[in-house]
Amino acid sequence: MKIRQLLPYLLVGIAFGIVAAKSEIISWYRIQEMFRFQAFHMYGIIGSAVLVAAVSVRIIKSRGVRTLSGEPIVIPPKDLSAPGTRYWLGGTLFGVGWALTGACPGPMFALAGTGMTVILVAVAAALAGTYTYGVLRPRLPH
Amino acid sequence: MIDFLSQPWPWYVAGPLIGLTVPVLLLLGGKQFGISDNLRTMCAILPTKVSFFQIDWRANAWNLTISAGILIGAFLATLFLANPDPIALSSATQADLALLGVTEFNGYAPEQFFSWEGLLSLNGFILIVVGGFLVGFGARYAGGCTSGHAISGLADLQPASLIAVLGFFAGGLLVTHLLLPILL
Repeated sequence: MKIRQLLPYLLVGIAFGIVAAKSEIISWYRIQEMFRFQAFHMYGIIGSAVLVAAVSVRIIKSRGVRTLSGEPIVIPPKDLSAPGTRYWLGGTLFGVGWALTGACPGPMFALAGTGMTVILVAVAAALAGTYTYGVLRPRLPH
Repeated sequence: MIDFLSQPWPWYVAGPLIGLTVPVLLLLGGKQFGISDNLRTMCAILPTKVSFFQIDWRANAWNLTISAGILIGAFLATLFLANPDPIALSSATQADLALLGVTEFNGYAPEQFFSWEGLLSLNGFILIVVGGFLVGFGARYAGGCTSGHAISGLADLQPASLIAVLGFFAGGLLVTHLLLPILL
């Protein structure tokens, strides 16, 4: 992709980073609050985000909306062939990491932006985790 | 206006804005929101023979650009819109965390663990390094993270994403209620 084509994505990222920081979803404390069911904040954010996204996707699909450059929008379904081990097992392992670090991949980059430089170690560890998955993939149940 | 913006933003403002990321990316270029793809893309830049990483990372440059943007956005929010007060955490969570030895609620995470000094402690190492590793491993194994499954996937009513999200919560609950009381 050309640099000029990447500019809109940079703006989307900047907007997301501002919202993520200002809504405190990047906070370890807020993640703890969520997993203890002690505030509505995170559930409100995830719930309303899914609702807005779901309505948008429904409109895009039903009206056959195209991209700005006129190409059809195709959303490939996520493969769920039996037994689907990867989703519950991989998901649970991710959840363990999420609660420990208090951040998922997006918030990690946001936290780095707020000046919490030590989170770059978590990013490096996440890269190591991804690489390890790539190596072990042929041997893991999916 | 700046006063208003520098307060923490409520869920009903933040949630819909985050949700709009999905249609905006679809309209921009038919792209699907999912940040953990980046971790795979970054591995693909490395000189590696692992077949899982034999992908054209340049085709995913848009995704890397979003991550860079997120970093810049959070930097700008901190520079211009920083909230001067400690996080307004629920008192129940404050009490629970106090039992774990977390009594200061400044910044986004407890400095006793999430700092370069904290990293050298066993607890800090587990939270940052083991946690980070599992985020990367688990996201790729499950085929997505919170943005890919919990937002994009659920919004598209994908059963696979629902299973993954239930897994995210199962793992999180396990750590919060069983592991952290032993660990911290």
